[in-house]
This record gives sequence, structure tokens and C-alpha cells, in this order.
Amino acid sequence: MSMRLGDGGRLIRRERPIGFRFDGRYVRAYEGDTLASALLAGGHLLQGRSFKYHRPRGPVAAGPEEPNALMGVGEGARFTPNVRATTEPARDGVPVRSQNAWPSLDADVGIVNDWAARFLPAGFYYKTFIHPRPLWKHLFEPVIRRAAGLGAAPTDGDADRYEQCYAFCDTLVVGGGVAGLLAAREAADRGERVILCEQWGHWGGRAPVDGGTIDGRDPGDWVKDAVEALDGAENVTLLPRTQGAGVYDHGYVLLHERLEGDGPRERLWRVRAERVVVAAGAVERPLAFAGNDRPGVMLASAVRDYVVNWGVAPGDRTVVVTNNDDAYRTALTLLDAGLQVPAVLDARPKADGALVAAVEARGVPVHRGRGVARVLGRDRVRGVAVCMQAGEGAVLQEIACDAVAMSGGWSPAVHLWSHCGGKLLWDEDRAMFVPDPDRPPTGADGEGFVSCVGAAAGALTLREILGDRAEAAAEGPIVPVWMMPQGAGPKLRAKAFLDYQNDVKVSDVRLAAQEGFESVEHAKRYTTLGMATDQGKLSNINGLATLAGALDAPIPAVGTTTFRPPWTPVTFGALAGEARGETFQPLRKTPLHGWHEANGAHWEPVGQWRRPYCYLRDGESVEQAVHREVRAARTSLGLLDASTLGKIVVSGPDAGRFLDLLYTNMMSTLKPGRCRYGLMCDENGFLMDDGVVARLSDDAFLCHTTTGGADRIHAWMEDWLQCEWWDLKVHALNLTEQFAQIAVVGPKAREVLEALGGMDVSREALPFMAWAEGTLGGIPARVFRISFSGELSYEVAVPANRGRELWDALREAGAAHDATPYGTEALHVLRAEKGFIMIGDETDGTVIPQDLGLDWAISKKKDDFLGKRGQQRTHLADPDRWKLVGLLTPDGSVLPDGAYVLGEGINENGQRRVQGRVTSTYHSPTLGRGIAMALLHRGPDRMGETIRLGALRGEDHVAEVVSPVFYDPEGEKLHG
Amino acid sequence: MAEVARVHGLGMVTLRGDPAELADAAGLPAPEMRMSARADGEALLWMSPDELLLVCDDAPARAAALVDALSGRFATVADVSDARAVFDVTGPDAAGTLAKLMPVDFGALAPEEVRRTRMAQVAAACWREGEGYRVVCFRSVADYADALLRQAAAAPAPPVPGA
Repeated sequence: MSMRLGDGGRLIRRERPIGFRFDGRYVRAYEGDTLASALLAGGHLLQGRSFKYHRPRGPVAAGPEEPNALMGVGEGARFTPNVRATTEPARDGVPVRSQNAWPSLDADVGIVNDWAARFLPAGFYYKTFIHPRPLWKHLFEPVIRRAAGLGAAPTDGDADRYEQCYAFCDTLVVGGGVAGLLAAREAADRGERVILCEQWGHWGGRAPVDGGTIDGRDPGDWVKDAVEALDGAENVTLLPRTQGAGVYDHGYVLLHERLEGDGPRERLWRVRAERVVVAAGAVERPLAFAGNDRPGVMLASAVRDYVVNWGVAPGDRTVVVTNNDDAYRTALTLLDAGLQVPAVLDARPKADGALVAAVEARGVPVHRGRGVARVLGRDRVRGVAVCMQAGEGAVLQEIACDAVAMSGGWSPAVHLWSHCGGKLLWDEDRAMFVPDPDRPPTGADGEGFVSCVGAAAGALTLREILGDRAEAAAEGPIVPVWMMPQGAGPKLRAKAFLDYQNDVKVSDVRLAAQEGFESVEHAKRYTTLGMATDQGKLSNINGLATLAGALDAPIPAVGTTTFRPPWTPVTFGALAGEARGETFQPLRKTPLHGWHEANGAHWEPVGQWRRPYCYLRDGESVEQAVHREVRAARTSLGLLDASTLGKIVVSGPDAGRFLDLLYTNMMSTLKPGRCRYGLMCDENGFLMDDGVVARLSDDAFLCHTTTGGADRIHAWMEDWLQCEWWDLKVHALNLTEQFAQIAVVGPKAREVLEALGGMDVSREALPFMAWAEGTLGGIPARVFRISFSGELSYEVAVPANRGRELWDALREAGAAHDATPYGTEALHVLRAEKGFIMIGDETDGTVIPQDLGLDWAISKKKDDFLGKRGQQRTHLADPDRWKLVGLLTPDGSVLPDGAYVLGEGINENGQRRVQGRVTSTYHSPTLGRGIAMALLHRGPDRMGETIRLGALRGEDHVAEVVSPVFYDPEGEKLHG
Repeated sequence: MAEVARVHGLGMVTLRGDPAELADAAGLPAPEMRMSARADGEALLWMSPDELLLVCDDAPARAAALVDALSGRFATVADVSDARAVFDVTGPDAAGTLAKLMPVDFGALAPEEVRRTRMAQVAAACWREGEGYRVVCFRSVADYADALLRQAAAAPAPPVPGA
């Protein structure tokens, strides 16, 4: 039985008892406990079920490398799945539940997978794809889908907030153990800006547990002083509870901090560091023996962590099994705590280091050259069967125990070194991959920007880090053990786990090698070794060594899989940061947004803008509102907030030349005070934007773009000016947001502007396609006599801060004419009635102006413009293109949007041939019937023809091909 | 603690052209790259190799005068006061508040430095103003910026050494 010891536990506060429920059962704990230590203290050794075989599992580690003890923590809006019990602090009253078990952790039915394990080997999943075929769809897929995934996804929105923070430093040290503290001290003494982060809430790494002395003092005391000194330095930022998650190009590093107290729950640090020092320590490796996943089998270091840090004993009688001297520290720790160590099984034939001698001196039998044949006990350890390491597993004796502390040696935590390309060396003598200092990740200057210190660099002992300043027991050499016993047969191999989280055994890796998955990356995918939330922290080296053994290849030749960020999982909440709720995305608002909102606006997202689609009055449907707005603009007076339209000033002596190159038509001939509609194409000739250009002066133009084009076209202009035509003397300024722009539309438009007064807007003074600057109703304004509706229309631009004033004045002055604000849908209907194209409806990036009958806007005189050459290519100059027409249904109904015009027969892919498609379709309140615009094969040549359009369901539609100008074809109203 | 306050009525004039000529016309020293030059309550901010921003009081009048002063030169003047939203962030945690939203090294931000950057998902600029910082963004996203700043200011601020 695991239990709480009578005293000890340097991280817990026995005077602060707390408690929580685990699967409904109350668990007593102390402040400072992790979930795993609290559960062990309460005798709950069983803490999870494995993913594939549902085998009972307890914690095997005491830190972030834990593969087994994953839990769902919290409830409702504060529930988090897949939390590692070994790192998660126990919190008073916060419920915890086990995962991957049904109906309960103790009586899980998924265990049948374990009994069937020999039928579910590596690659089982892939093999189900192949045969028998019908089984995949009906049997395997539903079953595998149900079994997939670890913890349950939260069902409620997260009640907490998360934030991010940008930081900059000269040196970032990841890891607050002895080596990390030293590195931070050195950098701080050089006067650098230093950030030191530590994934735990306490400092010092393993040193306070593993013993020895530093400068003649207890390591814990030395650490305390070192941290205090750093904390007092102005140039040092200490970040406890913060993991170094990932290292990226150019010294960019993500840190993930768990915050305490009120306020956000986590903070993601986005750090730019000149140098990164990785002091992430090392991870102990399990040994591969049969039954090494039984609850009660733990890493030797974890066993002493539980005793020293949390005052918890994993068992009364603990057998230590090892291939190195370090594990003897666990035996000593257990003995010091008054617990029994019935034996040490040392796989090495020879072991005579100081630690070995110390253990033997305490009367513990050390069996050299021995290993574990198998673990006895089903749901927990009841003993071990001992065998010769050199043999096949014949049992020499059985030793009763309730815990096993295993150590297969240590692997430096090189993850952060490797994320951005740092290379590794295989240290044959010490059986571990270490960072190759000659091949670090390099920055923009070609120099390395990451270095490793301490255990992460392979310096596993205090003496290696501190030299003579430290005293620690000298250790004898390790002997690599990748299978215990080395000659284990298939039966033992099939119960010797490499990857606990994914239930990958020695037999699976050997099977992968046998089936030809010889690359370590292939073997990983085939077996799932090293996948999921722990990313193989325990299994990586053991797995590739097993693969190397199966392939008879040296370990460095097989290599490791790629280490990718993050070190341990980072929550979506932290990655999303502030981007949720009202700050999920920026919402762009025009100067009139507030009025719209207060007056029934039914919103439409247009890029990041919100524009009124229509304004709903009491009891009105959206359709009714749109029709009312259209009728008002046609018969009296409509008002449109056109502020979102792009407004780019292009000025300079070469402005005209520049615009002649950008637009398809001639802009340099435009007279000041006049406007011209223009088209912009990309280099391939495809239409990308349109709008009215007004000439402000001899050397300045104002280019209106579509709402969505404002930023894009400005960037497009800058691109050409900065990269291609840098000899042109032109400035392009995006003034979109400087102005509020209101379209005043309808037969009464002139009257209402005249009522405002201040400018002559008469037909003579301000004819169609002219503009003037002046004061309207006391507000400085530019008035453009342009129309996108086909009605008498002005667009009035005023400084944005006075937009609302103008809007109110127009509504007041227009009240007599039933001034009606209209939205984007009425705008669309009005322009479609006139056959005006809309970028994004009639165009989709494959349409050229000629397809839309806009040949008149393409200059024949100009030597060149963007798109000219493209439009001359065979396919674009071909008369056999889909071209713009209008469509009318015989019964006046509205055609479905996007409907295809049907052709004859079937194409080579067996699909119905098509010859065109509907691009815009509306009910026209003006005409009292449906109208549509379409691109049709040789459309303009086919006026009067009846065509068929496909319907998604039901009967085909029929329509007559007509001119796309449905309303006022003579333009009398427009010029009114 | 940090306070967030919206600033209204700040005049801004964009100047494009040769920076020395522009500064001369504005009657202020030309700012160094990424810096600002301040005099008589006005500031001339470096925006790009051929763009300066004049922060002043009466922008329309100032812009009109600059158009005259720069006539005949290859230069462009535009009043952009209405296109902007301006916030002042003050208090001991001002830098920590902004560091949550802007990739700016506030610990190394010179007194006259101007950073054109972003604030969460929108373009923004900032510089030191008095004891705090002034943040400028586009007017259309003023509500978003306001919510960002208030949210960030309401939570404990991370340390920003040297700010």
C-alpha cells in the first residue's frame, strides 16, 4: 500500500490540510501536494487506465514525463482533460476524475482489449484499412472512433481568462535547477537582461532530493540563497510555474505560465531572447521487463521524489532494479525513511561504487547480474520474479514486495535544444544522447543561439556542474539494458512496455522492424511509440534502442524521432490568449455604427466591418425591409453609409502615369473636378477591383476601392511603387478611415442637399461624374455626383468625426421625402437592376473585364497597363468564354444563386456539361419580378434564347437570356 | 495598476516626401529613424523613410499651411486626425499592461522612440507620453482597442524590467 509517511515532505505544508474528490471519493491532502502524491498518500495507487489495452496503471513518474496518471480536473466551465496528476497541484475542493475507464477505474470493461492484446498488435489500426473491406466501415471504424482520444473534451465554455505577454531579454534560462541558477547568475553578473523560468513552483531541480553538498552546504539551502539573490537583481525576471514550451527561429521562445490567485489562469510568454540556455535536466528511463507497467512499478527517481518532496511512500517493501549507481540513492532514501528494501537487482555483473557499498552496508542484499523476469500481481505489484540478466528469464527466486523502483539510466532533456535544429551525439559510455555543442540551432547570423547546461548537457552530477565546489558520491559506470532479461522470449517481450501511454511494447517495435518499418520515424507512426500527450518522454530512447537492436544497427545510426514543441501540452486557452469574447476579433465600425445599431440594423459582416444589411422596422421581415428601402431610393430618397469604401489618395508628379498603369482605362486624361469609373486587373488580366477615381488636382487623385479592397489595393499600390516602379514620384495614402461617406440617392437627392445648403449641387454646376469641394450644412465636404444605383445620386465625404452630424442633418432635411436609410442588400438590388457588376459576385478571380461587357473601360491607346498582356493570351482572348447577360424567368420567380446553366450531354468525368452560372439574383421590387445576372457561354450573342438551369432538387429552372440592364437602360434617371 | 483613458481631439497630419524637407516645412527638427522630435507642444514622428506624422493641435489649419509650404515639392500632406483613435495608458503597470498586447520591448523603449507595431490583432503605434504611454490605432477598431486595453489593465501585470 502506498501511504503518507509520519514526517518529511519538503514541499507539503502539513499544517494546511485540504481535500478533494477523486471519482467521487474524498481524498485528504496537504497544500503543496500534487494530485499524484495526494492520491498515493491516500492509498490510491491505481490512477488511470492505459489507452489501448485499458491496463490498470499508477503513476510511473513524479514529474512532467508522466504517461499514465492523466486526469480530468475541475468541472463544468473549469474542466480540463488530460492533466498530468504528477504536476498538477491538489486544490481544495476541486474535483478530479479518472479517464479512459468505464464504468469505473476499478472495474473497467475495456480491459477485454488487454485479453485480446495478441490480436491488437502494432499496426492493427492500419491493417483494418486493408481487409476485409466491409469490416472497416461497419465494424472497425465505429469502434476505433469511439475508442479514440484520451480525456473527454470540456462541454462548457471556459470560465477563465488567459493572456499572453511579450518579453525581451539577453539570456533566457529554461530550468531553475542548480545549473540553471548558475547560468542565470552568470548572465546577471554580466549585466544582461535575464529571464529564468522553472516549470515547478519550487527551485533547485533534483539537487535537494539527490543529496550531496554545494560549497559545503545542503543543496536546498544553497538553492534558497541563489534564488533570493537573483530575485533581488533588477535585471532578472524569475518565472516559477512556467515551462519552456518551444524554441523557434531567431530566438523566439514560448513559455507557458500557470498563474495563481485572481485574474487570468495562464499566461503565454512570447519571448525574444538573444541567447537561450537550456537547463531542463534529464529524464530517467524505465527498464523494459515483463509487467513493468504494473501499478507500483515506478522510476527510481520518482520513488525518492515522493518520499522526500511529499512524504509519501509508494510501498512498504520496494525492490530496486537498476543498471546504474544512481538508483541506489532511492534505496538509501527509503531506508532513511524507515522503509524496507528487500533487495537491489543490478543488471550489471560488476557494481562497486560508493553508493552500492553504502546500500550493502545497510544490510540490503545486492544481486548483481540479475534482473526482473516478470512482476507478480495483477492490479498492483505483489512481488518480482528474479532471473539472470544474461539469460532468457528462468526464475531464480521470487521476492515479495509492493513497489519496484526501476532505473534504466538518464536521458538529457534535449527537447528545447532540438526544437530549432540542434543536433545530438550518442555518448556510448554513458548510454545517452547529448547535445552536440558544435551543431547548435543557429540564428540569423549563423551563430548558435541555444546552449545546454547541467543534466540537459549530460552533466548528470553536481560535480560535473560545479567541480570542486560540490561533493557527491562517485558513481560507477552504467551498462545499457534495453531488454530485461536480454534473451527474453516473445511472451515476456509482449508484456514489456516501452510507451505506457500508447501501450507500445518491445514486441510491437520488433514487429514493426520485421514488417519493414526500419526508419525510426516510420516505426513511430506504425507503432504510435512516442505519440500523444507525453510525446514519448520515457519511451523515446528505449524504443529506438529496441529498434536498433532488432535491426542490428548502432543506436546513433537509427537516430531519434524529431523533437517538436511543446515540451508539455499548452492549453488552447493560453494560445488563444485575449482573443475570445468581445476581443475574439476586431470588429470595424463606421462613424455611423452607433446609429445603425440603435435603429434596427440587421448586420452583415463585410470583412471585419459590420454593415447594415437592412434596417428592420417593427413587424417587418428582412425581405420586406429590403424592398421598402429599394422603393424609397427609387421613388424618393435613400441614404447609405458608404464609409467603408476604400479612399486612397495618389499624388505626385507621376500620379497620372501610375494610375494609367494600374487601371485598365486612361486616368491621366481626367480633368480636375471630374470622376471616372475604373477597373483594376492583376498581372494575369483578371479583374480584381473597381471604383470611381476623382481627380483632386493636377497631381493628385482620389481612388475609391471596394470595401474589401481598401487595404489590399493600397498594399498593391505600395508593392508596385516600392518594388517595381520605384522611379515614379508617387505617394499613395490610404485615407479610408479619415472620412465618413454617405450616399444620398433618389429623385429627391438634390433637393435635400440644397436644403442643407452651402454648395451648388445643381445639374449645371455639378453634372454627372463631377465632384466639388465646399461646405454642406456647415460641414466641410467633398460631394461626388456619382451613382451606383442608377438614380440621381451624390456621395458626400466629410471628416469622420462629423459623419454623424451630416447623417442627422440629411435625415432631418430629408424627412419630408421619407429619407430612408438603406443597407447593403438594397444596394445590391439597386445595382443589379441597373446591371452594374459587383466585385466578388460577377468576379471570382477568373473573370476578365471583357467577360462582363466592360470593353469600353479598357484603353486601346495605352502602351501598357497591368493585365494587358494577360488579356491577350489565347484563352482570355477566346470568344468562347462565359460572358455577362441578364436572365428572366417566365413566371417572374427568383433563380437560385450560383445555379449552373445546363449544357448538352456529359463531360469526360461523367458530369453534366454546363455552359454558365448565375452570379447575382434578386427579387426586384422596382420591376416586381426576379432578375438575375449570369455568365453564359457566348452570352451576348444569345439574346432571347431560352436556357435551362440546374436545381439542387426538383425540376430544372428555365430562363430567357436578356440584357443585364433591367432598369432605365437609357440612363435618364442616372443623369437626372 | 494601469489607467486607460481615451484621448480626443489630437491633431495628426501625415507627411510624405523627403523627411528633411518635411521637417523644415513643419518647423521642427527631423526625427531620427524610429524616433520623434518634439518642440512647442508638437511632435514630428518618424513613420518610414519617406513618411512623418505631425502631432499637433489644429490639424486642418496646420495641414493647409503645410500644403502651401511644400508646394512645388514632391510631397503629400493629409489630415488624418479623424482616422485615428488615441489612448493614454498610465500608472505603474502601464508597460506590463501593454506588453500583453504589443510585441514591443518596453524595457528598451527610448524616451523619444515611436513604435509602429500591432496591438493584438490590429495595427497600432505607441510612444512614451509623460509618465505613461500613448497608443494610436485606427478609429474603426476603437471599441476593440478599448476593450483590449481595459481587459489587460484589469488583470495583474507581468514584470517589465527597465520600463
